[in-house]
Amino acid sequence: MHAPKPRLAVWKFASCDGCQLSLLDCEPQLLTLGEALEIAYFPEAATVPMRGHYDLSLIEGSISTPRDAERIVAVRRRSTRLVTLGACATAGGIQALRNFADSGEFIAAVYAHPAYIRTLATSTAIAEHVPVDFELRGCPVNKRQLLEVISAFLAGRRPAIATHSVCIECKSLGRACLLVAHGTACLGPVTQAGCGAICPAFQRGCYGCYGPHESPNTLALSRALATLGLDRAHLLRLYRSFNANAEAFRTESARHAR
Amino acid sequence: MSAEESSAQVLTPAGLEQLLTVLRQRGYRTLGPTIREGVIAYDEIACVQDLPCGWTDEQSGGHYRLRHRDDRALFGYAVGPHSWKQFLHPPRQRLWSARRDGETLQVRCEPPGEHRLALIGVRACELRAIAIQDRVLLGTAPGDPHYRARRTDTFIVAVNCTLAGSTCFCASMHSGPQVTGGFDLALTELTTTASSAFVLQAGTSTGRAVLEQVPHRAASAAETAAARALIEHTAEHMGRQLPSDDLPQLLLRSLEHPRWSEVADRCLACGNCTMVCPTCFCSTVEDSSDLIGQETTRTRRWDSCFTVDFAHLHGGSVRQSTRSRYRQWMTHKLATWHQQFGSSGCVGCGRCITWCPVGIDITEEVTAIRASEPT
Repeated sequence: MHAPKPRLAVWKFASCDGCQLSLLDCEPQLLTLGEALEIAYFPEAATVPMRGHYDLSLIEGSISTPRDAERIVAVRRRSTRLVTLGACATAGGIQALRNFADSGEFIAAVYAHPAYIRTLATSTAIAEHVPVDFELRGCPVNKRQLLEVISAFLAGRRPAIATHSVCIECKSLGRACLLVAHGTACLGPVTQAGCGAICPAFQRGCYGCYGPHESPNTLALSRALATLGLDRAHLLRLYRSFNANAEAFRTESARHAR
Repeated sequence: MSAEESSAQVLTPAGLEQLLTVLRQRGYRTLGPTIREGVIAYDEIACVQDLPCGWTDEQSGGHYRLRHRDDRALFGYAVGPHSWKQFLHPPRQRLWSARRDGETLQVRCEPPGEHRLALIGVRACELRAIAIQDRVLLGTAPGDPHYRARRTDTFIVAVNCTLAGSTCFCASMHSGPQVTGGFDLALTELTTTASSAFVLQAGTSTGRAVLEQVPHRAASAAETAAARALIEHTAEHMGRQLPSDDLPQLLLRSLEHPRWSEVADRCLACGNCTMVCPTCFCSTVEDSSDLIGQETTRTRRWDSCFTVDFAHLHGGSVRQSTRSRYRQWMTHKLATWHQQFGSSGCVGCGRCITWCPVGIDITEEVTAIRASEPT
């Protein structure tokens, strides 16, 4: 007699669906995933109504509407473990750029009938609304890390997800430092690892998709980037992207605003 | 003239080519300096053409650029970002895996494998670093079997430095620029604008046996004198100094010096210094299990004392601040390393200075602590 499989739910809030696609992209492991878990709610993959309790809820997206702010509370109530996926759910996402501007102006510029739009003035992380058990970083998340988090949940162990800099990952892969050897602007020294240092592998500086690492010294990095010739506008754009609302990046970008 | 010098030989670039061929014929994987990603990196080299002919580097704190030389020197540069530890103590190493089969568990240790590595162009500071890692990783029984497998049959072609980089300070650490042991063959490059010749010494019987298969001739007195003069010139033109004889005492009585907070304001805690350091050996292990609990793998990977998890004990990390992490790194490297392993952990290669994105300079930090020591 087998114990019932743990029930998995995948929820979408304000997001591009890229993180959910990372899960669907785990093609060879998807069948195994189906063996290990009951995929009970996953609108991106199958239309099944929300019902009962879920052992593991994966959350994609940020909270940007009053309705979503209520819905996440309901999801939390139905979930034993709640894990956020990606920059939107963990830091508010690229849509958190609205936090630095007047969202009413955006609505007026974009929609023919702004009165129909009910939205919050900010886009915020799930953890600002409900307790979160684990936050998986990335824009989008790395599927190897996603499978690691799910495997760790199933085994009842801590996920092996490093919170140190991209640099450690980059140097472990044998890459030469773009910042030092080419003077390329790179957020690697303040950004959390996990992507496999993809951009430096292609001679591009890190864009900070995984958000600030465990002890980011953004001020010192900005000073070094300024000596490479980056002006305030460039520094502002660097910190204000997918993780603009993550605390360390938000604080640093404010130093370069206006 | 010493016995060593009297036995000096001379190799031409064609002879060097033959040396690489002989080593490959003997089953060695030949690794050496080559241009990659805009730096001089250590990688597979098949022939002399793969070496950075006519290139040099410009280095300072947080700055590295390749530059053309006006000759065709093959070893006319200081050390690049990578050290030999990437081959001898690789960044990731699977240690064992286990598989559940019904009620039984099968554990499979990762075999160390067979490695015949020929390291071409190893500098004096790097030889010292390899000797230090030998002591750390093999000095206490049982030792690391994976490191041992990679070190047992290593063939080392050392190169005496004929140019000091601006972040070099091996002379202060008594580790260079002349190689003194731990090599099979050692070269000193004599460069003219047209070509190079290498004054050569064999350090082991294996080195002599390999040399037998390579065309060479006895060095003239003028050639050995020229080689000696080049090394002396290098020693006198170190880019940095780090008076090192009293470092353990100086640093250990300065644990509350305000300088640690000042350096922490600049330090990114990114770990680059420990990654590029040829003696930093710290690692962590990671377990990963699959979705259905059938297989699990334990992997060792490079770690760094600049991460929070590195000092995670029961209840949390004991080094929360960057100040405490930088102090740990530097006092271990320059002070407590002596107690633990019988030497300094620093060989004066200067990599931590060049490859720090904000250019923190270990020699400058020591100087600052020394200069403002409370009396």
